[in-house]
Amino acid sequence: MKIAVCVSHVPDTATKINIGSDGKTIDPNGVTYIVNPYDEFAIEEALKTKEKLGGEVVVISVGNDANKETLRKALAMGADSAVLLKDENQRDSFGIAKALAEEIKLQNAELVFFGKQSVDYDNSITGQLTAELLNYNSVSVVVNLNIDGNKITAEREIEGGKEVVETSLPVVITAQKGLNEPRYASLKGIMAAKKKTIEEKEAVAANLFVEVVEMKKPAPKQAGKILGSDSSAVSELVKLLREEAKVI
Amino acid sequence: MDFNFSEEHNLIRQTVREFAENEIRPIAKDLDENESFSYNLTERMGELGLFGMTLPEKFGGQNLDTLSYIIAVEEIARIDGSHAATLAAHNSLGIGPIYYYGNEEQKEKFLPKLCTGKALWSFGLTEPDAGSDSRGTKTKAKLEHGKWIINGSKIFITNGSTQISIGSTVQAITDENSDGSKEYSTIIVENGTEGFTAKPMHGKMMWRASNTSEVYFDNCIVPETNILGERGQGSKIMLSTLDNGRLSIAAMGLGCAQGAYELALNYSKERKQFGRPISKFQAVSFKLADMATKIELARNLLYKACWEKDNGKPFAMHAAMAKLYCSEIAKEVADEAVQIHGGYGLMKEYEIERFYRDQRLLQIGEGTSEIQRLVISRYIGC
Ligand SMILES: Cc1cc2nc3c(=O)[nH]c(=O)nc-3n(C[C@H](O)[C@H](O)[C@H](O)COP(=O)(O)OP(=O)(O)OC[C@H]3O[C@@H](n4cnc5c(N)ncnc54)[C@H](O)[C@@H]3O)c2cc1C
Repeated sequence: MKIAVCVSHVPDTATKINIGSDGKTIDPNGVTYIVNPYDEFAIEEALKTKEKLGGEVVVISVGNDANKETLRKALAMGADSAVLLKDENQRDSFGIAKALAEEIKLQNAELVFFGKQSVDYDNSITGQLTAELLNYNSVSVVVNLNIDGNKITAEREIEGGKEVVETSLPVVITAQKGLNEPRYASLKGIMAAKKKTIEEKEAVAANLFVEVVEMKKPAPKQAGKILGSDSSAVSELVKLLREEAKVI
Repeated sequence: MDFNFSEEHNLIRQTVREFAENEIRPIAKDLDENESFSYNLTERMGELGLFGMTLPEKFGGQNLDTLSYIIAVEEIARIDGSHAATLAAHNSLGIGPIYYYGNEEQKEKFLPKLCTGKALWSFGLTEPDAGSDSRGTKTKAKLEHGKWIINGSKIFITNGSTQISIGSTVQAITDENSDGSKEYSTIIVENGTEGFTAKPMHGKMMWRASNTSEVYFDNCIVPETNILGERGQGSKIMLSTLDNGRLSIAAMGLGCAQGAYELALNYSKERKQFGRPISKFQAVSFKLADMATKIELARNLLYKACWEKDNGKPFAMHAAMAKLYCSEIAKEVADEAVQIHGGYGLMKEYEIERFYRDQRLLQIGEGTSEIQRLVISRYIGC
C-alpha cells in the first residue's frame, strides 16, 4: 500500500514572532523552522503502518526550498521518498489542498496522513479539504488507529471524551497528540536520507479564496488582580472567572 | 569562507537536541543527586547512533565527520555534563585509540560492540603519581613467555567500572634502559581478566552520573598480542588520542556554556524586581551580552579546529586553544549565570546549580588549563 504523509514547515513555537514590514506576513529574521509538531505524529503513524502492513511512505509538502529541511527530516525518520510542490507564494488552505490532492492522485496513495492542524496558520482544515477533493473518507483528530484489511477503526478526541468510528480505505486521517510517540531520526537514518532524492515540481495552480490582509499581535497581557488572601475572596474569584474572564 | 552548516549537520543537531531535552533533561537532576549511571540512556544514545559516529559503517559507525560528532557532544552537554562525559570519553578515549592504532583483528573484535551503547571502553593513562606528567607512569608490564604481566594502578578512569565496561587501553612501562629512560607502550586489558580490578570512585562534586574509576593490576596477565600499536609507541598513542579528546572536551565546555547562558537568559526574563524583568537592567543584560559573545567566539574556534581535522590539516594547536577557551568560558558563563539567578541559583531545584558544578572539571580533565597553555606556548615557539 502506498501511504502519503502531508507535512508543513512551521516556525518553532518557542521562537518570538514579529510581523513583517508589509503588515501581513511574519518577519523571517531570527525565526527557526521545524516540522509541524502534529505532522510528526502523522509521519510516525505512517511509518508504523508500513512496518506492520508493508508498503511505501511518501512525504509531500507545498512551499519553497526551505521546506526541504522538513522533508529531509521525514526521510531521516524513515520515509521512502519525498515530493516538494513548489510555490513561492503563500496559498490558502484550499490552494494547498488542491496541490496535495493532485499529487496524492498521481502517487496512487490510498492512506493519507496529516497533522490535525498546522501550528502556523491553525486553519485545521487542509486534511479534510484534501479528502473532499479526492473523494476519500476522512477522520480527524485521531488518537488511536487500527487498520484491518479495508476496515479502519479510529478513536477521535471530542469535547470531554472519545468517539470510536469506523470507515474504509481510501481515507485521510488527521493526527492528534497521543496517537503515538514519534521516533527520533537516528544518525544512520540521517545518513541514509542523504542518498534519497527530493522530487521537486511546480504545485498545480489553484484559485485562492482567502487572502491574509493584516496580521496583529495579541494585546499585551493586562496586569493581574489580587482579590484577597483568604477564603472570602473565593466567591468573588468564581464570579469574575465566570462573568469577566468567561472561562468557567 | 563558508559558515553554513550542511543539511545533515542541522539534522544531527536537531535530533540530538530533541533527545537530550526529552530524554535526559527530565531525569538528569535525580541521576546526578544519586550518583547513578544510566544504562538505559547510554543504550539509547547508542541506538541513536552517537557511539562511533566517525567510524566507517563496517565497524558499526556512521561515517560522519568530526564536526558532526562535536555538534552531538555539544548538544548533550547543553543539557547535562555527565552524559556528555560518558559519550565523549567512550568515543574519543575508548573507541579512538582502538580505531586509529588497533590491528584489523582488534578492530573487528571490539569496535562493532563498542558502537552499540551496550559496551564501554576506557582510557587508562592517569595514575596517582602521574597526572599532568603522564611520563610519571609507574604501571609496569613485563613480557614473559608470550604474555604481559601487568602490575600497577590507574585513577580517575572514566567509564572504567560500569556493568558494561568491557576493557581499557592502558599505558605501561614495558622496558627500562640502563640510562634510566623508559619505554612506554599501550596494552589492551579486558574487564574480567584475572588480576584486574576496577571500582567506581564516589563523592565527585561534578559529573556525578558519569562513571569514574580506580583500576588495579595485580599480576594481571594478558597475551602478547594485546599490545595496541607498536611496542614503544605508548606515549605517541596516548598523546595523539588526547589531541582528539581535546575537541570533545571543548565541545563539552561550549555546550555547558550554551546551556547555562540559556537558563540565565530565560530566568532573567521571568524574574521581576523593582517592577520589571531583571533582563531590563543593564547590569544583567550586559552580562548576557558578554556571555553570548564569548560563546560565539568559542564556537567559531572549536568548529575551525574541527574543519582543520576534517580537511586533513594540522589541528592540534587550535584543539588545545579550543579546549582552553571553551572550558574557561564555561566557568565564566556558569558563574555569571548563577549570579543572575540570585539565591535560587544556589538551590538544587534549579538546573544552573548542576552546570555550575559540572563546568569545574573541564579546566582540569584531559590536560589542565595550565598544560593547554604549555602546549600552545610550544606551538607558538616560546
Ligand atoms: C572526572 C575525571 C575524569 C577523568 N577521566 C580520565 C580518564 O578517563 N582517563 C585518564 O587517563 N585520566 C582521566 N582523568 C585524569 C585527568 O586527566 C587528570 O586529573 C589531569 O590530567 C590532571 O592531573 P592531576 O589531577 O594529577 O593534577 P596535577 O597534574 O597534579 O596538577 C595539579 C596542578 O598543578 C598544575 N601543574 C602540573 N604540572 C604543571 C606544569 N608543568 N606547569 C604548570 N602547572 C602545572 C596543574 O595545572 C594543576 O593546576 C580524569 C579526571 C577527572 C577528575
